[in-house]
Amino acid sequence: MDGHENWSFELGDEWPDGGTWGVGYVCKRERKVMDWASIRGEFPILQQRVKGGRLIYLDNAATSQKPRAVIEAMSRYYECDNANVHRGMHELSGRATAAYEGAREKVARYLGAGSAEEIVFTRGTTEAINLVAQVFGAAFLQAGDVILLTEMEHHSNLVPWQLVAARCGARMKHIPVRDDGTLDLEVAAALFAEGGVKVAAFTHISNTLGTVNPVVELCRMAREAGAVSLVDGAQSAGHLRVDVRALGCDFYAFSGHKMCGPTGIGALYGRQEWLERMPPWHGGGEMISVVRLDGSEFKPPPMRFEAGTPNIGGAVGLGAAIDFIESIGREAIWEHDQVLTQHLLGRLGEVPGIRVLGQAVGVERGPVAAFTTVAAHPHDLVTFADERGLALRGGHHCNQPLMRRFKVPSTARASVYFYNTLDEVDEMIDIVQEAVRFFGGLD
Amino acid sequence: MAMNDELRELYQQVILDHSRKPRNFGELAPPCAHVHGDNPSCGDEVDLYVRFGEGGEINEIKFNGQGCAISQASASMMTQKVKGKGKPEAAAMIEDFRRVVMGDEEPVEVDRLGDLQLLEGVRKFPQRVKCAMLAWRALEQAMEEGE
Repeated sequence: MDGHENWSFELGDEWPDGGTWGVGYVCKRERKVMDWASIRGEFPILQQRVKGGRLIYLDNAATSQKPRAVIEAMSRYYECDNANVHRGMHELSGRATAAYEGAREKVARYLGAGSAEEIVFTRGTTEAINLVAQVFGAAFLQAGDVILLTEMEHHSNLVPWQLVAARCGARMKHIPVRDDGTLDLEVAAALFAEGGVKVAAFTHISNTLGTVNPVVELCRMAREAGAVSLVDGAQSAGHLRVDVRALGCDFYAFSGHKMCGPTGIGALYGRQEWLERMPPWHGGGEMISVVRLDGSEFKPPPMRFEAGTPNIGGAVGLGAAIDFIESIGREAIWEHDQVLTQHLLGRLGEVPGIRVLGQAVGVERGPVAAFTTVAAHPHDLVTFADERGLALRGGHHCNQPLMRRFKVPSTARASVYFYNTLDEVDEMIDIVQEAVRFFGGLD
Repeated sequence: MAMNDELRELYQQVILDHSRKPRNFGELAPPCAHVHGDNPSCGDEVDLYVRFGEGGEINEIKFNGQGCAISQASASMMTQKVKGKGKPEAAAMIEDFRRVVMGDEEPVEVDRLGDLQLLEGVRKFPQRVKCAMLAWRALEQAMEEGE
């Protein structure tokens, strides 16, 4: 949330077309009304009917939809520039390399990294975390060392560490989540003080609770304890301004597909001093400088960690997604997230027998609401919604330990993005109300 | 908004009734076969307790669990239907039911399933087949272990 102190948005007039697409927000600094309706119009997939109704896509924490600009950038790349990177001496290879490395520069600027050398392309957040867990773990973790995680981590920031711990004998500890969905920082401080912490890895925004964690503080605690810090940015990169140097993290991982980009591409930011100290992960082409039959020498980061032909088309798409998001502005996106999310939370409160996990209405949070109802099991609710064209998610959201923490087997989850509207949230509430009546035997 | 047909077919009143008031709900004290079944991706759980007679017939059967209407109704209806049946007949019913909810061919009338045929609506919801099958897979395992 750094950087938007100069900005503020006010509820403006409704749109001239009668307000069917939502409400305009006036940005005081630029005096510009965000035209969310036309931004939404850039997403072809949203203009369709699904089963019984107009598509209402509220599964954005799982993956976001793609604007025309991203789809076209990828098509254009494959139609005009496709070649392998970093080796061909022909025109197309030069273009492909420029496109790929250009995307790396964009990611570096987007995250506030010191240089593009600090950006390693990966398949996504999961692969980025696995890279750190396995490479850092093998090189620097020993039996008895502590890997400090939290109780709210996505499986992708738990399981890679479990695998490493099992291999090297490190211990795992977890910062507990309080009833209101926030991390218990007093316990966190105590866990750091117990000593032995070599790695602290935590999510920026919870994909289930929506909690925005105090990552600056957690990174500082890690630094003071002599541990490296990794921030899981899967739910934050597309929503609010991220400046890795302001956060003070050593690693930051994110996925392109949750921020308007394609699937199969994401990146790891790693502080240069750490990337340089880390040995290679996968071996193969691209990552070597000299290969002999009995051994090899490796390139410096980031190439050292990118064996084989990379996802060039994906990187191009990610670059286009960054341009698209920057054209709107992350401050504006986050403000809009808040408006939609607070409306969603407020309206969910009207549903009988509902329980929403996480912080109370009015507290700034990531744009997700995980909930249960007494009448309808999450699966039934989600199936019911699907028949109306409403895409929700039901299940444990790759958060089984967190589900256990809150003593729920699963939840339904609605997650919004900037192309969603207040009307869609209202329609969702109508459908949830209808489902509760149906399954509760009142319909 | 009119309830659409496929939803009504999936969630028939009998099914909703079983999910709200499951029959044979509870546990059996040992000795009995006890199988825990779950769908890890969605959190549905069924604990099935079966006491077999000397000839292998299902003398007593109860289940405990939590989950969606489909998984719980299917378990409830199954326990009613298989109680008192011998193993060969129960095994045949498992096959019949599997054909009803996941058969690729046109649904066949299988008289011995009775109300269970109401779960045929699941066919149109491929993600929900595993919910309907949960208790049946547990029964299959209980019969193998109960030998």
